[in-house]
Amino acid sequence: MIRVKLPVHLRTLTGVSGEVVLAVEEPVTQRSILDALEAKYPTLTGTIRDRATQQRRSLVRFFACGQDLSHELPDTPLPDAVVTGVELFLIVGAMAGGA
Amino acid sequence: MSTVRVLVGTRKGAFILTSDEKRAKWEISEPHFAGWEIFHITGTPADPNRLYAAQSTGWFGQLIQRSDDAGKSWQPVGNDFSYTGDPGTHQWYDGTQHPWEFKRVWNLVPSPTDPDTIYAGVEDAALFRSSNGGQTWQELAGLREAKGHLWQPGAGGMCLHTIILDPNDANRIYTAISAAGAFRSMDGGATWQPINRGLKSEWELPDADADVGHCVHSLAMHPARPDVIFMQKHWDVMRTDNAGELWHEVSGNLPSDFGFPIAVHAHEPDTVYVIPIKSDSEHYPPEGKLRVYRSRTGGNEWEALTQGLPQSDCYVNILRNAFAVDSLDSCGLYFGTTGGQVYASADSGDSWTSIVRDLPAVMSVEVQVLP
Repeated sequence: MIRVKLPVHLRTLTGVSGEVVLAVEEPVTQRSILDALEAKYPTLTGTIRDRATQQRRSLVRFFACGQDLSHELPDTPLPDAVVTGVELFLIVGAMAGGA
Repeated sequence: MSTVRVLVGTRKGAFILTSDEKRAKWEISEPHFAGWEIFHITGTPADPNRLYAAQSTGWFGQLIQRSDDAGKSWQPVGNDFSYTGDPGTHQWYDGTQHPWEFKRVWNLVPSPTDPDTIYAGVEDAALFRSSNGGQTWQELAGLREAKGHLWQPGAGGMCLHTIILDPNDANRIYTAISAAGAFRSMDGGATWQPINRGLKSEWELPDADADVGHCVHSLAMHPARPDVIFMQKHWDVMRTDNAGELWHEVSGNLPSDFGFPIAVHAHEPDTVYVIPIKSDSEHYPPEGKLRVYRSRTGGNEWEALTQGLPQSDCYVNILRNAFAVDSLDSCGLYFGTTGGQVYASADSGDSWTSIVRDLPAVMSVEVQVLP
């Protein structure tokens, strides 16, 4: 099982208080995790990746195993530690200044 | 006794203020959608407990929320604002053509008769309609055919910020788009034409009388006189008496004819309100004095309304959707500032008081009168 941690605004939106646990068939990739996540919580559609292009929204980041995986291709297999549920797949709102 | 509900959208959430019809004491809700920008929150005339909110952030994009219990609970509804077909391109800042890209919803306007029908004005400029309470949205793509390839974004983005549904004729809809102009449909939104004749933009456009490209900031109409529309343009306060066929200037003696919102009195179709701003680069009141200007003659002759408003050191702005009018016999007016104050008048603007002082920057203000 894949363990996903959403940023606080998306936890509020989905009513999730902790981690999200997803069953995802291998190979486990960013795309397959996001597909499963949006299937479980349709209201997340469009909030993490653009509806039309399926590209990661520019101020969203994907972290796992102490690495920034945001710039990996969507179909690149994720580390074994994510696949086995040892490590969280973190969806993060990027640091941003301003208002 | 009636209840008055003021719906306030801010940079960091929405707030609901309630009072009785005296409008003297107000209860202020906790923030709804804390941390999110609420460009617009509005009620539904056909079902006052049905509210809609346009919720967005730069991080997670656009959501639409709906409440069926006056804001006690909310439900995310559809947020798929896909343009119809290939939307093509519009003018970009550098003169090249740029693809149409959805960014956010600026304005939500429910049908006066059907709580499930609602219109959304979006950036990049387009008009969408939902007939199922916001679950799904369809673009009224004929609007972009009104010379959309010539529209270009202003500094605030290429946003469709104003929608007016003629309560007497369901087929007639007016819209306004920043740096594009005003548009009218006579067939329920299927086809559109620019209605910008008479507007002049000497300092903004190479052709001051261009068919499209004028930076319209907001429109207002009294339901009893749907052919008369008032406009706050980038510069100039304008009026048409023939549903947009021709506009004429009614700025008259205003200290500045730059500004964002414009409003019409609930019971007096010739009583109009604007809030002058110093200039297009200095977005605050002239002389640091926050003054609402009222014309009782449909424009040209304006009087300053100052009682209860700060008359020194005031440097806030009032955004285009942040001015609302209630329907009580003694007409109430409400506006919000970028400094987080909401000012209200229960006597047609003669006197004002701040009903909340320290909200995040106010993006929108709407008001409902409940039996």
